[in-house]
Amino acid sequence: MDHQTAPAPLLDVRDLRTWFHTFSGTVKAVDGVSFTLAPGEVMGLVGESGGGKSVVGFSLLGLIDPPGRIEGGEILLDGEDIARASEERLRRIRGREIAMIFQDPMTSLNPVQTVGAQMDEMLRLHTDLDEAARKARCIAMLESVGISRAAERLKAYPHQFSGGMRQRVVIAIALLAAPRLIVADEPTTALDVTIQSQILRLMRRRIAQTGAAMILVTHDLAVVSEMVDKIVVLYCGKVVETGPAREVIADPSHPYTRGLVDSIPNPRDRKPRLAQIPGAVPDIRNLPSGCSFRPRCPRAQAKCAEVAPALAPTRGTLSAACHFPIVEEIAMTGGERA
Amino acid sequence: MGQILASQFVYNWRRNVSAIAGSAIILACVLIVLFGPLVAPQNPYDLTQLNLLDSYKPPAWIEGGDPRFLLGTDGQGRDVLSSILYGTRVSALIGIAAMLMACTIGTVLGLLAGFYGGRLDAFIMRVADVQLSFPSMLIALFLMSAFGTGIDKVLIALTLVGWVVYARTVRGSTLGEIQKEYVQAARVAGLRDAKIIRRHVLPNVLTPLIVIATVQVGTFILIEASLSFLGVGVPITQPSLGLLIKNGFDVLFSGLWWTSVFPGLMIMAMVFGINLFGDFLRDELNPRLK
Amino acid sequence: MLAYAIKRLVQMAIVLWAVSVIVFLMMSFTGDPVFMVIPIDSTDAEIEQARRILGLDRSMPEQYWLFLQNLVQGDFGRSYVFRQPAMDLILERLPATLEIVVVAMLIAAVVAIPLGVYAGANPGKPLSRLIMSGSLVGISLPGFWVGMMLIFLFAVEWRLLPSSGRGDTVEVLGIETSLLTWDGWTHVVLPSVTLSLGTLAIILRITRAGMMEVMRQDYIKFARAKGASRKDVLYGHGLRNALIPVVTIFGLQIGDLIAFATITETIFAWPGMGKLLVDSIYRADRPVIVVYLMLVALIFVVINLVVDLVYTAIDPRITVK
Repeated sequence: MDHQTAPAPLLDVRDLRTWFHTFSGTVKAVDGVSFTLAPGEVMGLVGESGGGKSVVGFSLLGLIDPPGRIEGGEILLDGEDIARASEERLRRIRGREIAMIFQDPMTSLNPVQTVGAQMDEMLRLHTDLDEAARKARCIAMLESVGISRAAERLKAYPHQFSGGMRQRVVIAIALLAAPRLIVADEPTTALDVTIQSQILRLMRRRIAQTGAAMILVTHDLAVVSEMVDKIVVLYCGKVVETGPAREVIADPSHPYTRGLVDSIPNPRDRKPRLAQIPGAVPDIRNLPSGCSFRPRCPRAQAKCAEVAPALAPTRGTLSAACHFPIVEEIAMTGGERA
Repeated sequence: MGQILASQFVYNWRRNVSAIAGSAIILACVLIVLFGPLVAPQNPYDLTQLNLLDSYKPPAWIEGGDPRFLLGTDGQGRDVLSSILYGTRVSALIGIAAMLMACTIGTVLGLLAGFYGGRLDAFIMRVADVQLSFPSMLIALFLMSAFGTGIDKVLIALTLVGWVVYARTVRGSTLGEIQKEYVQAARVAGLRDAKIIRRHVLPNVLTPLIVIATVQVGTFILIEASLSFLGVGVPITQPSLGLLIKNGFDVLFSGLWWTSVFPGLMIMAMVFGINLFGDFLRDELNPRLK
Repeated sequence: MLAYAIKRLVQMAIVLWAVSVIVFLMMSFTGDPVFMVIPIDSTDAEIEQARRILGLDRSMPEQYWLFLQNLVQGDFGRSYVFRQPAMDLILERLPATLEIVVVAMLIAAVVAIPLGVYAGANPGKPLSRLIMSGSLVGISLPGFWVGMMLIFLFAVEWRLLPSSGRGDTVEVLGIETSLLTWDGWTHVVLPSVTLSLGTLAIILRITRAGMMEVMRQDYIKFARAKGASRKDVLYGHGLRNALIPVVTIFGLQIGDLIAFATITETIFAWPGMGKLLVDSIYRADRPVIVVYLMLVALIFVVINLVVDLVYTAIDPRITVK
């Protein structure tokens, strides 16, 4: 369970900073994010929208377009810093080493190409297989994500599929070149609730079979709780808490994570109303002084406005960036001082 | 809201080189239209001011040029610069007047079609469809061949060519507007149709027309120039820039280029300025593209 | 499919019928054609007789009925000037017009699409700005003036290319063409370039706008996330989606090109049907004008049909209904 000291991480992100230089100021969408990922490990990257989660995902693939830029930090894939890799090198990494699954399956497939052509493209780019072999691989892959009559479906266009089916196709495309890491950006957010769990189960099963590692980007803690090994919580471009999934969800130490957990609907809980974090994510160009979460935090004190807290071990295997972490469940209501 | 938009608009305008350039050109053209005849060295249509001895003088900076005629003279000894100052006025006023007529008629028809629907709508839109499948230039040429030359006839032809685009746009946005609750409420409350249209629908369908109208002035200037070039536009007693170019065409082969080059540059500058500004407006008023 | 074909044919017939009504009405405003066909010193009796022969003594609906019957039977009347069937006159000159129109289209497509793709995929780069300013100048130029300037430079000043006429032609499958002789090409270049300019600028701008819209789409980012090269992303994934509006505009532009060919042909003394139309307007040669308009109307409705069919070929979401 102790991934921090795992011998050779597949991915080691150190102090990643991805900024967007807009006319109205610099948006520090990702500002000093670090985490590691072991082979086969599944990580949840969690936070409210606008927290910079997707930007982390796109940074990993080198898909940050102007006015955005990776300002600093390292993205070590097997020890190679791909944050500074050439476009040429990145093209060989994309799809083959790191594949991505997008949020909205209605828009992530090219409407004027057949599903077969879009699958075939992945294999043409990253394998030396001949046409017949590629086709066979595509059919097998489509079947493995639960699409029947696959050979026929290859000739169909995306608009002939439902949303859930399209996301299956997107997953199939992502898995085709057997990548070692999959970045899934809110893969079920755009789908019907009933389809969501189907797709999640499918992803978990298929990814376990292939042995790939995965980063699941989501705003929905309930989604990650079922399928990830560890969780990284982002707030305003910074990591506020990290730890093994079970502990983060059962007993978080950062007040922000606490708020996220409390807003998960729980059927066993008989609370009349879901707790919600008060306020909204601040304008990232104009963050409050000290801790960014301070204005919304029930535990904030004078120090929080002066010094931004650093990520530090809090309790057990958890680390949080908080001056006054929740050390014990019971202390929730207490006004203890550090 | 209006103020925010206005200040944002000015803010963006001041930071957009082509918008400023376009506005400057338009301003210059407006000044020429208003005061051109006052500053023109001669009145090119007052025969007593012309002297055949001055004919075909090249521009002043070329050998044989005459300092009195900055841009040279034509076959009747007419000052090209003065002809351009007068001609710009004809071209620009035709463009603007025809645009206003087309815009008014098109908007009214579009409002009626969108608001009342039914057969009226079907009829207007079918006419629009048929007309849109023909190039404006050809329709205008055909109409002028039937009407004969004349500024009034050019205006009618351009109006008949130009109303369609407004009618379609306005009808589309009207259909959107009348779905809205406050219009429905006004209808239920028994407000007169004319009042609903004027108070609630019209103000909300005008924005997209601003860009169309701006660019159309340029288009109309070009069409008018083409018609006059073909000899079916303005009469020779009131020459537009297009007619000046036509007159220059006849002597171009003898190397007398200045009588056609300068009026052409004037048209280009004028339409270019309008289009630059129109582009800026389109970006500003169509947030989807930002 | 059959229902669609029938529907389209009926639509086309209605458009052509509407055009015939308009053409007829407009033509009856334009002077009295009887004076075009009789000698100047005719007596009143001779004029009356000519009127009867032309059917001008009947009521308007009757005249229209006669006009329509003749149209349907393919009898478009004889040119007052050439004393030949008007249709033959037009058809004789159609190939020359199509020549410069087709070459102009090709020039426009070959130049505009790559430039539009570049400008759309790299907005903000200096070269893109230059391309866009250039295209704006392109749509701001009076086409006939550009033609004149080309004549002045290439024919008068530098004496590189001929200024008028069609040059040597060769007959292929019964059609005269100048595209197969060197001399013919030297004559085609200037009119075609002149004609293409406006279309080029418009296609460029539409391609760019389409490209900018498409480049924002998720499927472009997804294609990049697959590791596709920039060229594959732009041309494989981007262009085909961006082409959908371009195809419509291209179709409409064929119409504009035919219309503007009237002016271009006049400047370059190109013996096409556009020049014939302008000459016929000067001479009030009514039958020729009518045939020109009806033929052009037919060409346009066919183009619109073809555009719709091409649509379904490039966008699988659209099916013929």
